[in-house]
Amino acid sequence: MSLRTSRPVRAGQYLALLCYLVFLAFPFLWLISTAFKPAPELGSLHPTWIPENPTLDNFRQAFDEQPLLRAAANSLIAALSAGVIAVLIATPMAYVMARHRSRLSTAATGWVVVSQAFPFVLLIIPLFLVLKNLHLINTLWGLIMVYVVWALPFALWMLVGYVRAVPPELEEAAAVDGAGRLRTLVSVTAPLLAPGIVATALFAFITAWNEFFFALVLLKTPEKQTLPVVLTHFLGAEGASDLGPLAAAAFLATLPSLVLFAVIQRRITGGMLAGAVKS
Amino acid sequence: MRALARTAAAAATALALLLTGCAGDGEDGADGKIRIRFQSLAWQKESVDINKQLVKEWNASHPGVEVQYVQGSWDSVHDQLLTSFEGGEAPDVIHDASDDLADFAYGGYLADLRTLLPDRLTGDIPAQSWQTATFDGGVYGVPFLQEPRVLIANTKILKESGVRIPTPGKPWSWPEFRQVTKELTGKGRYGIAWPLKEPVSVTLNLGLSAGGQLFHRGADGKVTVEMGEGDHVVPGTIHDQVNTDHSAARTALGMGGGDTLPGLFGGKYAMVPLGFSYRQQVVEQAPKGFEWTVLPAPAGSEGLAQGVSPQTLSVAEDSPHKKEAVAFIDFLLRPANMVRLAKGDWMLPTGTAALADPSLHTADLGWATGAALATALRPAPAQSVRGYPEWKDKVATPALQEYYSGAIDADELRKRLVEDGNRVLARYQR
Repeated sequence: MSLRTSRPVRAGQYLALLCYLVFLAFPFLWLISTAFKPAPELGSLHPTWIPENPTLDNFRQAFDEQPLLRAAANSLIAALSAGVIAVLIATPMAYVMARHRSRLSTAATGWVVVSQAFPFVLLIIPLFLVLKNLHLINTLWGLIMVYVVWALPFALWMLVGYVRAVPPELEEAAAVDGAGRLRTLVSVTAPLLAPGIVATALFAFITAWNEFFFALVLLKTPEKQTLPVVLTHFLGAEGASDLGPLAAAAFLATLPSLVLFAVIQRRITGGMLAGAVKS
Repeated sequence: MRALARTAAAAATALALLLTGCAGDGEDGADGKIRIRFQSLAWQKESVDINKQLVKEWNASHPGVEVQYVQGSWDSVHDQLLTSFEGGEAPDVIHDASDDLADFAYGGYLADLRTLLPDRLTGDIPAQSWQTATFDGGVYGVPFLQEPRVLIANTKILKESGVRIPTPGKPWSWPEFRQVTKELTGKGRYGIAWPLKEPVSVTLNLGLSAGGQLFHRGADGKVTVEMGEGDHVVPGTIHDQVNTDHSAARTALGMGGGDTLPGLFGGKYAMVPLGFSYRQQVVEQAPKGFEWTVLPAPAGSEGLAQGVSPQTLSVAEDSPHKKEAVAFIDFLLRPANMVRLAKGDWMLPTGTAALADPSLHTADLGWATGAALATALRPAPAQSVRGYPEWKDKVATPALQEYYSGAIDADELRKRLVEDGNRVLARYQR
């Protein structure tokens, strides 16, 4: 069977891809356009892609009205901590699950997949009560704990793929050369896993950075609120919104995720596909 | 590898440093000071500034009771409060709207304020406003800001068309309104655009003017849906404007209020029915030279009556400082302060003393028109009916959307609202 495609078919594929990209990019491009438009242009009957009189007023107003920097700092602490802790916990677990295949590890993998099926609204009240008993309500520690637990199953699943992609023969060769178990793990496996670990940590970071509902419910004082929660302060009742500043703040809040995702997207795909084809 | 270990150690140290100071706040301090948390949903800069200023003034004049301002969001307030109530961590003073209180009041999460409220406040706010926050005979919130639905109109188009300009003293009747929108239509322009993304509250609230009631409480206390003649006036008018006269823009039916403003500014719509507070967006977004005016919504057999769900201030049942919380509410709602809050939100105060303030009776920005409607405002129908949210989401919203777009006729609408609706309500009233 030939995998070669004719020119018209290839052109059609690229056209479909282009349409898909435009469809995906449209909301973000519109967000950028809105962020730089002055108020009268936001109410124009014939809106333009490029602002006619671009302005930074929306950004100034957004920073003036809401504590965006403080919220961004809170988000950064929570997301960074969640990323690091999730990886510290998930890496040894993933190694065991990938290397020591047993009924238990199969069951554990199954449980990881099932745990993704629970909607968070189902978890939030019990979680709230647990954290309250631990005196972790209204603390970033509590939120970080939730983010770690929330990111852990998918992080584990990703890491298992990366570990499986590291040929066990390398570890066996190291053992033959006289390296002990720990030495093998530190000198052979860990360096090969590093890209996967970084990708997984960034995944956990992005998940926590964008998370809204847990932060809304668990943090009470304004000083602790994270960026997604503060963004909703630009929204009023019955769908009313402070559109310009909202777009400006949302654009800034999207940037870190966008940059990080651009960096790790190839590694994530690699992790998911790792071990899919026998070599 | 050593480099990796060093990086990990540095990261761990940085993390530990960053997390320092992440611990939660205490409640009442060791200094003997009472601390209460006030969750406000104010979101526009003017309004947030006024709320924060009032909190500052309270704290300066009440050294023994410190109020902490907490910013909430209209977008997620119900879920956030529900979780906080369940966890016993709700704010002491809660800003919300009367149509969101029923579940919390019946669930025992809010304090019954009857014995706590000072006479001044009780006497200042009219009975019809208190009704909006009364559930099973208990008062679970202090209604303080409200907004009627008004017609925001392009003055130039109105003047050029020569139609009679309505006033609160002599408003349009519903048939006259329909005729006017026909006259305003033409040359690519619609007489009106109904933003009916949420069609139920608009239909029920404006329906009161024509004697619409829809929900009827029987002698046994059970509520049923019935559609009388008055209930057909508002939906019938909108339906005919869209489908028969073509004087209302079909494309606007799926819009939210703010989405219609570009069309108003661009001359595509002569009028849009919006909440009174939308004037602020008009002021901010209207192009230079755009002339606009605020007109009362049409009147029916019940005059200018329309339903509203005022913004409310409640006290959590679990709050250990209910007395202090109510004292703060009383301070916040002193007539002069209520005027400041109303102007900050571009809404009307419920308090009679505040409403009498001359600054709310100027023709400028339509304030006088809104203030003249205040006495006609009534509790939104059905907000205290159990099962109303499900009736609204599963029955009324799709039925009204289909009716307004012309997909179903009036008989089918009646069948769905009444027959399907009563089945839903019955489940809540067994």
